[in-house]
Amino acid sequence: MLGKTANGLFWMARYLERAENTARLIETGQRIALTRLGHSDEEWASVLKSAGVYAAFKADNESITKEGALDWMLRNRDNTSSIRSSIESARQNARLVRTAITGEVWEAVNATYMRTTDMLARKVAERDLPAVLRAIRQNTALVRGMINGTMMRNEIYDFPRIGTFLERADYTARIIDVKYYVLLPSVSAVGTPIDNVHWDSILRSVSASGGFRMQYGAGGGPADIVHFLILDRCMPRSLAFCAHELEGNLANLNASRSEPSIAQDKVRHLQEKYLSGDVATIFDYGLHEFVQAVLGELAELARQIEIDFRFHE
Amino acid sequence: MTTADNFDEMWGTDESLREPYRGFCEWLDLENPARLRAKQREAEELFRLTGITFNVYGKSEAEERLIPFDIIPRIISGTEWLRLTRGIEQRVRAINAFLHDIYHKQEIVKAGRIPEEMISRNDAFLPHMIGVTPPGGVYTHIVGIDLVCTGPGEFFVLEDNARTPSGVSYMLENRETMLQMFPELFSCNRVQPVQNYPVDLRRSLAASAPTGATDDQVVAVLTPGIYNSAYFEHAFLADQMGVELVEGHDLRIIDGRVAMRTICGYKPIDVLYRRVDDEFLDPLNFNPDSMLGVPGIMDVYRAGGITIANAPGTGIADDKAIYSYMPEIVEFYTGERPLLQNVQTWRCSEPDALAYVLDNLEELVVKEVHGSGGYGMLIGPTATKKEIAAFRRKLKARPGNYIAQPTLSLSTVPVFSRSGLAPRHVDLRPFVLVSPGKIHVTPGGLTRVALKKGSLVVNSSQGGGTKDTWVLET
Repeated sequence: MLGKTANGLFWMARYLERAENTARLIETGQRIALTRLGHSDEEWASVLKSAGVYAAFKADNESITKEGALDWMLRNRDNTSSIRSSIESARQNARLVRTAITGEVWEAVNATYMRTTDMLARKVAERDLPAVLRAIRQNTALVRGMINGTMMRNEIYDFPRIGTFLERADYTARIIDVKYYVLLPSVSAVGTPIDNVHWDSILRSVSASGGFRMQYGAGGGPADIVHFLILDRCMPRSLAFCAHELEGNLANLNASRSEPSIAQDKVRHLQEKYLSGDVATIFDYGLHEFVQAVLGELAELARQIEIDFRFHE
Repeated sequence: MTTADNFDEMWGTDESLREPYRGFCEWLDLENPARLRAKQREAEELFRLTGITFNVYGKSEAEERLIPFDIIPRIISGTEWLRLTRGIEQRVRAINAFLHDIYHKQEIVKAGRIPEEMISRNDAFLPHMIGVTPPGGVYTHIVGIDLVCTGPGEFFVLEDNARTPSGVSYMLENRETMLQMFPELFSCNRVQPVQNYPVDLRRSLAASAPTGATDDQVVAVLTPGIYNSAYFEHAFLADQMGVELVEGHDLRIIDGRVAMRTICGYKPIDVLYRRVDDEFLDPLNFNPDSMLGVPGIMDVYRAGGITIANAPGTGIADDKAIYSYMPEIVEFYTGERPLLQNVQTWRCSEPDALAYVLDNLEELVVKEVHGSGGYGMLIGPTATKKEIAAFRRKLKARPGNYIAQPTLSLSTVPVFSRSGLAPRHVDLRPFVLVSPGKIHVTPGGLTRVALKKGSLVVNSSQGGGTKDTWVLET
């Protein structure tokens, strides 16, 4: 398998995951804005921060408005992480690796691109927003399903998986980082409607609201949310879950190599040092500092994967 | 030009149906036009979804277009095809013998059958190939012979595409689309399959490897990249053959072999099916600015370390000036009379021919010797006075750059238009695979159709479409 192909598969999956996460983030932001419990502008600022596009947005826009933020994240081509840009990049990478993916995966990516281009050709009206975001989530899920259902479980399969879980871990970490202050135990206003909305918004933006209720019933406070998002092994968007998947795929790849990849050591280090303890350890470390450290480890891991698998010359 | 006197492949002059179309038309008569129109739209959707697109040169990089597909097949009888196949095989045999000869002893020049300067002064002649014999002696592993038909059984060769003929993915996808949309048609018509082409291609390439045929030959397709107009086809063929699709920057010369960068290090390649032109193949030996090729690949090739398909330097065989000598070339190397006719051709480099061409521009088609894709040509009968005058000046300035041919009355096959069936001009590109000791012609090929009424230009870059091409069982 070509290094270039591994690179293309990795980024195809990363961009699709990014588009999906951005859609989920917008849904959450919109929900908070509509329930009017939060401060709307602040909320959009925090949505932009979670998406990792706040600085670029500020450089291009004087003030933060809902319309501005929405368009920036949905359609703006200067924003390489907007949903439109992400899907375009995903398709470009899929074209590049057309021979590695099945026809069904390619058609699912192409159909996602065709629908998205169509829906995002013009500014999205507020009343159309829910349908557009739902369609994006469904289409990206369709691609994931096709990868799952039609691709051989060989080295080609590992790279889209690695791209997906790296992007997902990165996203979950950023969500926590932007909202870490509402999760700190020192905040005394526990259980007020505002906090409930913030906690709920964090859970919703990683599609974990239902799972959390199932696990903790009507109870569950900030420490439980932190545990759920970082350490829970069953939650498919938690850091521990993503790291576990990454470790598994890197182990698969190592099995067929003469020289083991360093990336696997790095992900094991991440698991042992950060994701094996309990919530108390995390709060002792400092939630913000902890998440910053994990984000650093993830970036380093991505760099190592590029080197190990010869993505570039 | 679409007058009653051109040959229609479906209908005879007395409105009688020609034999190969009988089974198809029985089906067509029972079809509802509204359903067919819906099917035509469905076909377009299928093409768009599978991404069968081509990029248009000179347009923005992102632009991808569909080649229009017409649902009425072009049908050729089994006996007619057999006759064509013999002619094609003979011609391809001659082309390979000619290429070997001009890069070695040049017997054909010594025998006075082709003027020496036609070779030595030809831009398509590649001095790097002098004295080089490709593995297995095969120069053109893949050939597309462009044929036109002017009457019952009257086929002429318009062009021999011996460099990197394209369009085979459309032959395959057109059939796939027809099978999906009208499965019943293939139950009641016995159509010879084309679907083996990718497997045949891989076998044929593997059989041409430097060490001879084995099952584990590493084959790869070299593409200029995703912005190339035929990128879809490159990816499609690599995918269908189950081989890697590589670009120049994935390759490197290691220990005298051409190797590709895999996730576990560099892996040597035995056969490279390149879809990159000669001059971009090797920046060390040819165009030094090329980013598409592999520095030093020609040296590996000359040392017998890799098979390049098609071999570098094959362009001289499909050069339009050499084309006019094809009847002599076929006779010289096969000792037989050519089974397929050439179109009469005036070489404007010759004073008598030039005088005739200048006197008859209104009647003739004039082409650039090195042009392709339907660009830079004059079609006398449809050109304006101004266009003819402009072309006359160009022709006088560089006569050696042009050849001229009579305007052929190309055959028509109906297309499914808004107002029902309408005759449109077509050509045919069958695809030929050559490996040591073997020539294989896939039954059918790519039928290109000029969608504009009366137009003779079938090129996809200029508004042409395609049809499925059926060869019936004998």
